[in-house]
Amino acid sequence: MASSLLQDKRGMSLLALIWLGVLLASAANLLLPESSALYVGSNTITLLGKYLCYALLAVSLDLVWGYLGILSLGHAAFFALGGYVMGMYLMRQVGDRGVYGNAELPDFMVFLNWSELPWFWQGVGHFPVALLLILLVPGILAFVFGFLAFRSRVTGVYLSIMTQALTYALMLAFFRNEMGFGGNNGLTDFKDLLGVSLTAPGTRITLFVLSALALTLGYVACRLIVSSKLGRVAVAIRDAESRTRFIGYRVEWFKLALFVFSAMLAGIAGALYVPQVGIINPGEFSPLNSIELVIWVAVGGRATLYGAVLGALLVNYAKSVFTGVLPDEWLYALGALFVLVTLFLPRGVMGLLQRKEAEA
Amino acid sequence: MQAWSIRQVPHLRRGRRARGLAVNLRYGLMALFGLILSLWVPTSLAADPMSPDEALVVLTGKSFSEKEQAISVLASSGQPYVATLFTALDSGNLYYRKADQQLVVREESQFIGLQTGTAIEGKSRDFKRVGLNNALREQLAALASGLALSDPDADKRLDAVKSMLGKLSSQQLAPLQQRLSQEADPQVKQWLSGVIAFSQLDAPTREARLTAITELTPLRHPLVLERFKSLAQSDTDAQVRLQAGQALKSLQHSEQFYSGIETLYFGISLGSVLVLAGIGLAITFGVMGVINMAHGELMMLGAYTTFVLQQWLPGQPGLALLLSVPAAFLVSGAVGILIERSVIRFLYGRPLETLLATFGISLLLQQAVRSIFSPLNQTVVMPSWMSGTWVINDFLSLTLNRLVIIGFSLLVFAGLMWLLKRSRLGLEVRAVSQNRAMARNMGVRSARVNALTFGLGSGIAGIAGVALSQLTNVGPNLGQSYIIDAFMVVVFGGVGNLWGTLVAGLTLGVANKLLEPVAGAMLAKILILVAIILFIQKRPRGLFPQRGRAVEG
Repeated sequence: MASSLLQDKRGMSLLALIWLGVLLASAANLLLPESSALYVGSNTITLLGKYLCYALLAVSLDLVWGYLGILSLGHAAFFALGGYVMGMYLMRQVGDRGVYGNAELPDFMVFLNWSELPWFWQGVGHFPVALLLILLVPGILAFVFGFLAFRSRVTGVYLSIMTQALTYALMLAFFRNEMGFGGNNGLTDFKDLLGVSLTAPGTRITLFVLSALALTLGYVACRLIVSSKLGRVAVAIRDAESRTRFIGYRVEWFKLALFVFSAMLAGIAGALYVPQVGIINPGEFSPLNSIELVIWVAVGGRATLYGAVLGALLVNYAKSVFTGVLPDEWLYALGALFVLVTLFLPRGVMGLLQRKEAEA
Repeated sequence: MQAWSIRQVPHLRRGRRARGLAVNLRYGLMALFGLILSLWVPTSLAADPMSPDEALVVLTGKSFSEKEQAISVLASSGQPYVATLFTALDSGNLYYRKADQQLVVREESQFIGLQTGTAIEGKSRDFKRVGLNNALREQLAALASGLALSDPDADKRLDAVKSMLGKLSSQQLAPLQQRLSQEADPQVKQWLSGVIAFSQLDAPTREARLTAITELTPLRHPLVLERFKSLAQSDTDAQVRLQAGQALKSLQHSEQFYSGIETLYFGISLGSVLVLAGIGLAITFGVMGVINMAHGELMMLGAYTTFVLQQWLPGQPGLALLLSVPAAFLVSGAVGILIERSVIRFLYGRPLETLLATFGISLLLQQAVRSIFSPLNQTVVMPSWMSGTWVINDFLSLTLNRLVIIGFSLLVFAGLMWLLKRSRLGLEVRAVSQNRAMARNMGVRSARVNALTFGLGSGIAGIAGVALSQLTNVGPNLGQSYIIDAFMVVVFGGVGNLWGTLVAGLTLGVANKLLEPVAGAMLAKILILVAIILFIQKRPRGLFPQRGRAVEG
C-alpha cells in the first residue's frame, strides 16, 4: 500500500507543496500584523480554501472519468448536495438569531408561513447526523442513479447527457420554494459551526487546514484505489467494457462502487466549501458548473489524479485573476481553453510534462 | 416559457372588443347614427314629455338619472347633431358654456358649438365638462352596439350581438326582436335569438324559461354556463332546475372537451418547437455521432439573424421574418461548417472530447453575441399575420403564431426527410453514417459529406432559432435554455431516427402541457426529466432504436 504512494512522486510532491503553501499562508494570517507586506488576508484564506475544495471535487471526478471512463456532467450536483446538508446544519445552528427570531424555523420558512419543520430537516441540526448525511445523501443519489444506469448499460455520451439532465432537474427542483431549501436564495446568513463563530479568523484557518486535510485524504484514498486490483479492473472497464464483462467481472458493481465513492468525496468537498463561502444556492447545480469542473480535470490531465488537483488550482486561479481584470473576457478564455485543450493537449498539462521527460 | 401559459380571460377580451368598436364608430359611422337611433328605442318616446332642446339643457345639469332620460330622448329625436354629441360625450369632449349652458364640443384647443357648428370664442375656464358616470357610459355603449347591429359586415354584427349578451335592458328587447326578423346571416341570427333568450331566463312563466334554456344551450359561452349554474341551483321551478342542470352538464362537458383540445394544442405547439430544436441535433448527433453542445447557440444565431434583418427592414417585420428563414439557415450553416472544419474533424471517434470542445465553442459564441449586441434581450417584432387568435367558439380560441409554428416545423421536418431520403447528399450522408470505410471505397468524399452534414444540422438549428424568436426572448441565453430539452428529445426518440425525434418531441410537449395544470410548470419539467431518465434505463437506445450493424459503430 505504502509503496504505491511512494511511487507516486509527482502527486506526493504536489501535496507537499500544497501543505507548504497552506502552512505558510496560515502562519502569515495568524502571526503577522495586518500592516506587514507578507500578511495574508482572511479573504485570501477563504479563496484558497475554496480552491482546495474544488481540487477535491476534481479528484473525485478524475476517479470516475479518468479511471472508469464515466464522463459525469453532473458531478457538481453531488458537491451541491453535500453543501446543502452542511447548509441545513448551519441554518439550524442559527437558532433564534435570525431576522424573525424564530428559534424553531429558519427565516425563509417563517417568511413562507410554514408552521413546523419539514421531516427532512429533522435531526440535521445534530452534527454527527449532518456528517453522516453529507456522505449518505450524495451517496444514495449516486447509488440509485448508477444502479439504474449501469445495470441497463447506459454508457458513453448517453450517460453524460443523463447526468447533465439529472443536475438540471435538481437545479429546477431546488429553485422551487415548496422544496423547503430556501428556493432561489438558497441557504445563507450562517452564524456559527459547533458553537464557534464562522467569521472568527481561527475558524477560517481551521476550515482552510481541514480542506487541505480532506484533499490529502481524498487523494490518498483515490491513489490507493487506482493502484489496487480494483483500480486495474476499473481501467480494464474503461478500455474494453465488454471484454471485462466476458472475462467474468460484474462490471456494473465495480462501476457502482467507484461512482458512489466519488459522489461521497464530492459531497465532502461541498460540505467544506459552504461554511467558507457562506452561502449555498441552486445555482451550484447549474450544468455549467459541472462542465467547468470537467475542464479543470482536462487541463490538468485526466487519469493522473494529481493532474486534477493541479488543473483545478490553475483554472480557478486564472478565473480569479481574469474576472478581476477583464470580467467580460473570462468566458472567451474559458471557451478557448475548452477548444484548445481538447485539440492540442488531450492529456493536459501533465501529459506535456511527461512528454518532455520522455524526450529528455 | 411564461408565454405558453397565458390564456386570455374571456371577459377581458370582450371588454376590449367593445371599446375598439366605440373607437371605430367615432370616425366611420357618425352619419348613420341618427338614422338608426330613430329606429332604436321607439317605445320610450311616447311616454316622455321632454323635448330634444330641453334634453340638451338637462345634460348640463347634475342629476345622472335625468341625464339618462335625456340621452334616451336624444337618441330617438333624429336630430342631425346626435352622433357628434354622443361621440363627444363618450370621449369626454362635451363641454358647456357656463354663461348660457350652450353645449360645445372641444376639438384640440377649440370649442365648437354643437348646434351651430362654428367655433366659439372663449377662454377654457368659461367652459365646463359634461359629467358622465358608468351607467351612462354603458348606456352609450349599448346605443353604439345597437348601431353596429345593422352594419353590413356580418362579423361586426356578430361581435356587436355577442357583446350584448347578458347586458340587455328591457327597452332594448323589442328592437332586437325586430332585428332578428331582418337578419339573414344564420350565425348572427342564432346569437341574436340567444341574447334575447338570455334575458328571458328570468321570465315569470315556466314555459318561457324552458324555451330560453333550450335556445341558449348551443351558445357555448362562459356567461351562459354561469347563468345555468345559478338556475340549476336556485330556480323556483323543479323542471327548470332539472333542465338547466342537464344543459349545464352538456355545456360543462363541451367546455372540458374544448379545454382538453386547447391543452393538446399548447402541447403540440411546444412539441413542435422541441422537434425543431431536436432535428438539427438528431442529424449531427444521430447521423454523425457528434455531440454538438453548441447547437443551442446556433439556434441563438438564427434568432439574432431575424433580429438584424428586422433592423435592416424597418416597418416590414413580416418580410424580414420570411427572409430570415433562408438567411438564418445560411448564417448558422456557415458557422457550423466553420466549426466542423476547424475543430470537430480532428475529433471524430472521440465523442466525449467533441462534447467538451463544442461546449467551449458555445461559450465563445454566447460571449461574442454579448459583446456584439448586448447582454440584454432584444425585441423581435411579430408580424401582424402571425398575431391574433382564431376564435372557434367561446370555449376555444387558438393563437395564430403557434399555429404557424406548428405548420412551419412540420414543413421543415418534411423537407429534411425528403433531403435525406431522396437527394444525392442524403444518400451520401446515410452511406457515410452506416459505414464510413465502405462509403469511401465507393467514391464518397467523406470529409466533404461530414462538413455538409454538420452544416445542414446547424442550418436547421438556425431555422429553429427564427421560429423561437417569435415565441421567447432573444438573448444570449436563448440557446442554453433549449439545449438540454433538445438532447432529451433526441435521446428519447432514439438516435439516428428522425421519426423518433418527431414522435418524441410531440410526446414530450404534450406530456409537459398535460402535467402543467396538475403539477405546475417547474415540477412538470422536473417530472418529465425524471421520466426520461427512467425511460432510458429501460430502453437505452430510445423509442426507435437503430438496428443492425450501425449500432456497433
